[in-house]
Amino acid sequence: MGIHTSVEPDIATIRFLTPEGVLCRPMPPSVSDELLLSLYRSMTRTRTFDGKAIALQRTGQLGTFASALGQEAVGVGAAAAMAARDVLAPSYRDHGAQFVRGMSMAECLLYWGGDERGSDFAHSRLDFPNCVPVATQIAHAVGAAYAFKLRREDRVVVTFIGDGGTANGGFYEALNMAGVWKTPVVFVINNNGWAISTPRALECAATTLAQKGVAVGVEGLQVDGNDVAAVYDTVRQAVDKARGGQGPTVIEALTYRLGDHTTADDATRYRDPDQVRREWSREPIARLRAYLIGKGVWSADSEAALQQQCLEEVNQAVSAYQATQPASSDAMFDYLYATLPPAYVPQREIARRFAPSAGGGHG
Amino acid sequence: MAELSLVEAVNRALACEMAIDESVLLIGEDIGANGGVFRATNGLQARFGKDRVVDTPLAEGGIAGVAVGMAAMGLKPVAEIQFTGFIYPTIDQMINHASRLRNRTRGRLTCPMVLRSPYGAGIHAPEHHSESPEALFAHMPGLRVVIPSSPARAYGLLLAAMRDPDPVVFLEPTRLYRLFKQEVADDGESLPLDACFVSREGKDATLVAWGAMMQETLAAADALEREGVDVEVIDVATIKPLDVETILRSVEKTGRCVIIHEAPRTAGFGAEIAAEIAERALFSLLAPVKRVAAYDVVVPLYRLERQYIPSLDRIADAVRSVMEGS
Repeated sequence: MGIHTSVEPDIATIRFLTPEGVLCRPMPPSVSDELLLSLYRSMTRTRTFDGKAIALQRTGQLGTFASALGQEAVGVGAAAAMAARDVLAPSYRDHGAQFVRGMSMAECLLYWGGDERGSDFAHSRLDFPNCVPVATQIAHAVGAAYAFKLRREDRVVVTFIGDGGTANGGFYEALNMAGVWKTPVVFVINNNGWAISTPRALECAATTLAQKGVAVGVEGLQVDGNDVAAVYDTVRQAVDKARGGQGPTVIEALTYRLGDHTTADDATRYRDPDQVRREWSREPIARLRAYLIGKGVWSADSEAALQQQCLEEVNQAVSAYQATQPASSDAMFDYLYATLPPAYVPQREIARRFAPSAGGGHG
Repeated sequence: MAELSLVEAVNRALACEMAIDESVLLIGEDIGANGGVFRATNGLQARFGKDRVVDTPLAEGGIAGVAVGMAAMGLKPVAEIQFTGFIYPTIDQMINHASRLRNRTRGRLTCPMVLRSPYGAGIHAPEHHSESPEALFAHMPGLRVVIPSSPARAYGLLLAAMRDPDPVVFLEPTRLYRLFKQEVADDGESLPLDACFVSREGKDATLVAWGAMMQETLAAADALEREGVDVEVIDVATIKPLDVETILRSVEKTGRCVIIHEAPRTAGFGAEIAAEIAERALFSLLAPVKRVAAYDVVVPLYRLERQYIPSLDRIADAVRSVMEGS
C-alpha cells in the first residue's frame, strides 16, 4: 500500500424496490402497504403541483420556480418519518417534504409568487422557511437541535441539502459541530446528480457523499432516493437514533433531477438527453405504482381518482393564491424588527406616499 | 458599586443575564475553561456549566449559523468571535438569515442573538486582529450595531442587547478592555439602545464618535477647552439604527460638526452621519462637516497603528479648522 492508494469507506446503497418495482429484499416491518399508499399519494400530489407551478410560471403567473420532478421520494419519504413536533430545515426544492409537514400549496405558491406570507406557515410553525443561500441552513438545523437537547425537548431536526451544497464549507462546519455535540439532527443529502449545470463528479471526488460524515465521526448512509420505502425506513431509524440521544446521521439519497434546475434554467444546454431518458425509467412514482399494482392494492381506477383529487387540490390552491391581494408597502417594514425603530419610520411614510394607488392581483 | 474594567463589565453583564434568563447561552472559541482570549467569559463555564458556555469548533461561519438556529428556537445565544478579523465568515449568516428571519417568516420565527467581538486597533495585536468593520454590519437591514465606549456603557448596553428581541452585533473596543476602570453598579439595569449619549455638553462644535475613539475625542475636547473652544461630544453607541435626532439637535445648536471614527474614511459610518446632517441641518451649519477617520489603507501591523488611529492632534486640528473665521 503506497501513499497513492485512496482509502474509501465501504458504504452500500440501501434499497428495497428495484426500478421495476420489484422487491429486492423484504420490506422492513415499519413499511406497511397503508404507509406506502400514503407515500404514493403524497408523491403524486407533489408532482401534480410541480406541473401546475411550471405552467403558471410559463404563463407569467408565478415567479421563478424550482421543481422537484423525479425527487419526490426523498422529500416525502424523509418528512413522513418525522413526528409533527420535529422541525424541518429545508433547502429550496423540498416542497415535497413541506407538503407532508402541512405547508399548504397556496403557501408554496405565495412564496414563489413573491410574497413573504408564503413562509408564515399555518402548520409546523417551527419549521424553517426555504433556504436559498446554499448550505447555510445546515447550521440552523444544528443550532435548533442544540436548543432541543439543552431543554430536553423530544424533538429532532431534519435538514436537506443538495449534492452541490455538500461542497460548501457551511455544510462541513455544521456537520462537524453536530458530531461534537451529538445533536438530534438528521442530514439528508438530496443527490440529484446536478448543481445547476455542474455534475456530481465535478463537485466531489469521493465515491459517496455519505462518507463525508465519516471524517467528522457522524454515521453516513446511502439510500436509493427513488425508493421511497428505503428513504422512509432509513430516515425513520436515524430520527429514532437522534431521539434516543445517539446523535446525528448523514443520509445520502441517490436520485435524479428530471427537470431543469429552475424555470430560469435550460438543462438541454449541458445535459445528455439520453441520460435523462434512462433516468425516467428509474423514477420513484412509477416504481412504487408498479409495486402497489403488483400487490393488488392499487388500480387504474384508484389512480384516476387520485389524479383527479390532486388536480382539484392544486386548482383550489391556485385560486387561493391568485385571490391573495399583494401586501401594502408597510409589509416591507412591519417585520423588520419587533418594533420599527423611529429612525426608519419616515421611510415607511415615503413608501406609503409613493405606493402605486391600485395594486394588481398575483399574476 | 464595583470598579470594573470594560472587559470585567462585559463579564458581569453576561453573568447577570445568564442568572436571570436561562435561555441565554454563550458560544464561541476558547470561551469555556479558558474564559475567552480576553477573559470576557472568565469563570462563567464553571458557574453555568458546559451546556450554557459552549466551546465551539473553530468555525466562525458555523458559530453564527448555529446561533441563528438556536435563536429561532427560542434560545438567546451570545456568540463570541475571537477578533473582528475573523468576523467576515459570519457575514453570510448575519445578512442572509439573522437580520431577516423575522421579516422572511412574517414574525413566525425570530432571531434574538448577540454577536460579540473585540474590535479595533491599538493593542499591538498580530495581523488581522485590529479591524473596524462596523459599517459593513450597519448596511444590513434588520440588524442592530452597538459599540460601547466605557465599562458602564458596556454593561448597560450589553444587557440591553441580550434583552432585545432582534439580532445585535456588539463590538467591544479592544484597547478599552483594560484601559481604565469605572464604577459599575452591576444592578441588572440596562441602558437604552438606539440612542446616542451626550457625553459632554458644549456650544461651539459637535464632536461625534463611538467606541475607543471616544478617548481621543474627549481628550481633544479638554485640549480645545484650554484654547477657549467649548465642544459638545456625542457617543453614538448604537450605530444602527442611528439616533440622528440627538446629533441634529446638537449640530443645530453648535453649527459645526466633526465626526471621528477608527474605520477607513470612504463609506465609513461617518459618511452616513454627514449625509444626514447635509439633508436635514445644512442651514444650521457655520462650517463644512469634517470627518477624521482612518486613512483608506489596510490597517497596518502594529508598529504603525498609532499613525493609523486618528489622534488627538488630528481631531483638534479638524475642530480648529471648522472654528476658523468665526
